[in-house]
Amino acid sequence: MITFSPPLSMKEFLLIFRRDFINKEAQPDNKTYVAHLGRWQEWFESLAAQDRLASPPQHWDMKGKIVKANKSVTNGPYVEIKESIGGMAVIKASSYEEATVIAQGCPILELGGNVEIRKASHANEE
Amino acid sequence: MEERAILPRLFRTEYQKIVSVLCSLFGIKHIEVAEDIVSDTFLSAAEHWNTKGVPENPTAWLYTVAKNKTKNYLKHNNIFEQKLVPNLKAGASEFEEIELDLSVKNIADSQLAMIFTICNPVISADAQVALALNLLCGFGVQEIADAFLTNKEVIYKRINRAKEKLKEANIRIEQPSLAAIDQRLETVLTTLYLLFSEGYYSTSQDTMLRKDLCAEAMRLCYLLVENPATNKPAANALLALMCFHSSRFDARLNEKGEAILYEDQDETLWDKELIATGEYFLNQAATGNTLTRYHLEAGIAYWHTQKADTPQKWESILELYNSLLILEYSPIAALNRTYALAKAKGKESAITAAEQLELKDNQFYYSLLGTLYTDIDNSIALAHFRKALSLATSPVDKATITANIEKLENQH
Repeated sequence: MITFSPPLSMKEFLLIFRRDFINKEAQPDNKTYVAHLGRWQEWFESLAAQDRLASPPQHWDMKGKIVKANKSVTNGPYVEIKESIGGMAVIKASSYEEATVIAQGCPILELGGNVEIRKASHANEE
Repeated sequence: MEERAILPRLFRTEYQKIVSVLCSLFGIKHIEVAEDIVSDTFLSAAEHWNTKGVPENPTAWLYTVAKNKTKNYLKHNNIFEQKLVPNLKAGASEFEEIELDLSVKNIADSQLAMIFTICNPVISADAQVALALNLLCGFGVQEIADAFLTNKEVIYKRINRAKEKLKEANIRIEQPSLAAIDQRLETVLTTLYLLFSEGYYSTSQDTMLRKDLCAEAMRLCYLLVENPATNKPAANALLALMCFHSSRFDARLNEKGEAILYEDQDETLWDKELIATGEYFLNQAATGNTLTRYHLEAGIAYWHTQKADTPQKWESILELYNSLLILEYSPIAALNRTYALAKAKGKESAITAAEQLELKDNQFYYSLLGTLYTDIDNSIALAHFRKALSLATSPVDKATITANIEKLENQH
């Protein structure tokens, strides 16, 4: 049986999608938002077809809780931080350059958001 | 003349039943003894039936002879003392003879136990398929070699090595417990899926043999569905998938055993009854909360049994391929997904998606690009088909690609 695994040179990268979900003026109207959601789906489907997903996409709710240094808990991170996490994905890419190209296709950018990229690292790596 | 026809047929159906029951009785360590007894039984049948004619009930004759040969073997060999006496002492008296239980129920139970024994990850997937064909389907080494397009020695070694490994690991032949079924059914289904694919996609020219392989995979899968313990949604989904694929078996090959493309198939040759059976099992599969690749693939295969090119058909196929790729990536699924994308959303968006796949050592990748560029830019299409031809190895694939190239060249 032939099993297809990514080439050994492939590494895992964490993509974290952030944007402003609070300020009214930063929010898209309904029509734009529906089209935007469609592009997320297409983006993930296209990543899956290119064998770029290291794990299945996961939805995250928009509530959120924050634990602070004094162990107090607040509902939602949105009061003090302008941007919050909209979601994340773990992808396969051979380098930061390649991961960057993939992130440049992410629909969060359309709504003024950004993508943070982090390479998975292991204890014995630099 | 009748004798000659009936014995190979009985060999195919009865050999594996008796072997399974004997293996369950003796344990994996004595697998060869079980095989010898059954081979010996069929040898006796060949001799007796040739001179005295075929008995009225040939199967019952075989069972009686197998039972007697088992008794004789146990009487004259120490396997009885070593293995069976300690186990049987609790119930039966030492002098009581062991009666081989060839009832319908015990045969089904033993076969199920054997399926779970053979489909064990201690042996490779290839070896599982070969051993399943040999012990569960009554295929000879030569037939298996023909199906795998290799020679007898390779298969012989593969089977023997697999048996040794099962013995070393001391895998018990037993009805899997309910807890074990959940864990191990996946391996069993994978092996049956491979067995089926071996028949369905094999490049062997022997159509009869390929059909036999598919039929055997379906029979074993049906055994799982028939047993309440293994009648799981995934098993039903796999059986549905096999039904849908098999329904096109006759339509997808010409007299020479060469492939006829889906679009060129004569749908009056599609087996309506198998399609209906597939729909039944697909409905049975739609319970529980696990969605397996077999569900998705059966869904895709279902839509392919609907010949009419409706938007709904290709939208559904596209969606199913999207889910399949997220569940488990494979290049062939990625290529098929792109084809469905062309059908659902048009060639332009499919070309963009196809070019992102970069499956640069895959002939089907270039064939797909050739198909997508046809009528959009025929010179690019030609270049892709030529690249595909340079990568193709099987005569059938080469012929298909060459036909595409000629069609394009004649348009100039």
